[in-house]
Amino acid sequence: MENIRETEELQLKDEKVTLTIDERDYTVPQGLTVLEAARMVDIEIPSLCYLKDINEVGVCRVCVVEVEGARNLQASCVYPVREGLKVRTNTERVRRARKTAVSLLLSNHHRECTTCIRNLNCELQNVADNLGIRNIPFTGEMPNYGYHDNNPAIQRDYNKCINCRRCMAICNKIQECYVYSPLNRGLDTVIAPGFKKDLSEVSCIMCGQCVIACPTGSLSEKEHINEVWEAISDPELVVIAQTAPSIQVTIGEVFGMPIGTFVAGKLVTSLRRIGFDKVFATDVTADLTIMEEGSELIERLVDHPEQLPLLSSCCPGWVKFAEHFYPEFLPHLSSTKSPHAMCGALTKSWYAKKYNIPPEKIVNVAIMPCTAKKYEAARPEMECDGFRNVDYVLTTRELGRMIRQVGLDFTNLPDEEYDEPFDQYSGAGMIFGATGGVLEAAVRTAHKLITGKEMLVPDYEDARGQRGLKYGTATFGDKTITIAIAHGTGNAKKALDMFKSGQKKFDYIEVMACPGGCVGGGGQPIFGSRDYKQTSLDYRHNRAETLYNIERGKEIRQSHENPRIKQIYEEFLGEPLSEVSKTYLHTSFIPRGRHPYLYAEKPYKGFKERN
Amino acid sequence: MGIRIEKTEAENFHKLDQIINRYKAQEGMLIRILQKSQEVFGYLPPKVQAYISQEVGIPISTVNGVVSFYSLFSQEPRGKYTIRVCMGTACYVKGAQEILDAVKEEIQIGVGETSMDKLFTLNASRCIGACGLAPVMTINDDVYERLSPADIPSILYGYIKTHKKAKVTH
Repeated sequence: MENIRETEELQLKDEKVTLTIDERDYTVPQGLTVLEAARMVDIEIPSLCYLKDINEVGVCRVCVVEVEGARNLQASCVYPVREGLKVRTNTERVRRARKTAVSLLLSNHHRECTTCIRNLNCELQNVADNLGIRNIPFTGEMPNYGYHDNNPAIQRDYNKCINCRRCMAICNKIQECYVYSPLNRGLDTVIAPGFKKDLSEVSCIMCGQCVIACPTGSLSEKEHINEVWEAISDPELVVIAQTAPSIQVTIGEVFGMPIGTFVAGKLVTSLRRIGFDKVFATDVTADLTIMEEGSELIERLVDHPEQLPLLSSCCPGWVKFAEHFYPEFLPHLSSTKSPHAMCGALTKSWYAKKYNIPPEKIVNVAIMPCTAKKYEAARPEMECDGFRNVDYVLTTRELGRMIRQVGLDFTNLPDEEYDEPFDQYSGAGMIFGATGGVLEAAVRTAHKLITGKEMLVPDYEDARGQRGLKYGTATFGDKTITIAIAHGTGNAKKALDMFKSGQKKFDYIEVMACPGGCVGGGGQPIFGSRDYKQTSLDYRHNRAETLYNIERGKEIRQSHENPRIKQIYEEFLGEPLSEVSKTYLHTSFIPRGRHPYLYAEKPYKGFKERN
Repeated sequence: MGIRIEKTEAENFHKLDQIINRYKAQEGMLIRILQKSQEVFGYLPPKVQAYISQEVGIPISTVNGVVSFYSLFSQEPRGKYTIRVCMGTACYVKGAQEILDAVKEEIQIGVGETSMDKLFTLNASRCIGACGLAPVMTINDDVYERLSPADIPSILYGYIKTHKKAKVTH
């Protein structure tokens, strides 16, 4: 299967209009806003609250322009183009208005730039710099709302919020979790979960899309860098890093490499130089996930057709979504753990025994594209033999910061190989990082296991043109099943609702909580400062494409052909779905309800609280 | 996982069900439902908001956003009588501040607070649209017009008296 691009091409009408921007005539398609039209012809209009296709509400007033005939300045992000429109983007009046708007925001903003997590990567900082704001004539009240971080994944610093509503827009429109809403009124307005609860207390799935959308440091991942440094500097401990498939194509972006540069070799080198004792590829256990999930598919297909549909469960954000909103589907979720938890479980059991390392001395650090993995690693279920599967999860961004702290010149590092025995992986394991990858890999393996033959590329049709939800069929001998792929939990919601109403059935669905899959994950690098043109969802395709391109060049493309997988099964697990693998590689789920704050609080295990 | 309703709340939640069923089908009725629910419960605790959110199918964050936006809604328990002193422009220039101070002095509570005996809650409200009668104060549904600070003690005493009478007869 090719990675089908959901082209984000606007529904451009054939009609074109000619408008005048800054005394020059331009012909642009009808239906654009002035901001889009200007950016299309390389005229930069600054913006803050605008997020292409997601948040177009005109609340920040930074993108104002002069429109001939209009008395007031107009917000260009919501002003449609029309024939003969005359716009000025750069007059004294416009500059003054923009400066005032940003100065007012800054007057109420806790400007702790040097110690802020988004320092040098902040859109507010960048806009202020572009506008040349040197002093702020207003004194804001600067209320101290403090920050909320009573969860292992995401922290919210209300003092740095500029009320742009981008987090809310992405949560409502793309993820459809409806976590945020503007509370209170006027100057007291905060964009917060209902009752201003912490994210752990509401039906938040910890996907981190709001973190990616946030233009400032108001929303960020909860850093665990210091804990990891402590573990590394302890000579007693064996600190193991494992890297998710998608990190290999995104970590380069932090260091200015083009989007989608494949840097697996440099990644391994940098982790070794940081001081990790071993560097493993999570791709290997991704192959293992495929084996287990594929076998589960076969088991249900052949023996227990009543247990279909099978829902993939390697995305912790999606799992939490199902736990909150679709508890009736929980028995259908595949019980396999996600690859990083499997890798953690195996390092502290099979690997520890094989290489004679006491498991209590092993610290497993997972480098993930994801904030939800931080939460998943802290779930009480993720424990085997009394050891946490994964001790710390770092996002791509945090790893970038660690590499900077060490002072490595990432772009010029030599390439090195992953450590045994988690070093060889198939193409199937790699494409875990992009939407559709898990399902494709599992179906390929299931097909091979049932029929003994390689499978043909399945065809997908877009479900009623909805982006991010696809249906297709796969044939195993005499059985044909319907498969579906959804990314973005909003699309999963559509698929499940249609399933419930009987409109559109499926037998096996893969859901990735983030649009685009892990390559668009909430822990991936943020385009903050100079590139706000790219602050939309487009760039994720380049990352996914690289994964698919590398996959095509791989010798081993099927999970079951991976020699390491064969080795693990021979030496430790026996066969897929055996007793041993049930103990180490499978987990369980609990319904959480939509209003967790009304029930007893569940503490998170395994993470030291921030001091 | 439903919302647990205690036995003591069952009756009120039954009334809430009726309210919700009456307005559920129509769009844009959230504020009406919230208003009626507040009449039943006296205020809108998180549980009631969550229940409404669940039954009407509007996300809880949105419901809470609406509740916290309008000063009409209260998320804290309120007294039997809510005193609203209008602080709109017309009332303000006619001496609303003195009226407010007089109320504060009389029942010894601040703005937004509820008296210890749960009888009065004091609010400073925005313009209530009775500028011709300025300065204006409302106590529940009663409107008091053209006030002077000297009127306050007798008005409040009237409520204390009715409250006591009601207690005796029950």
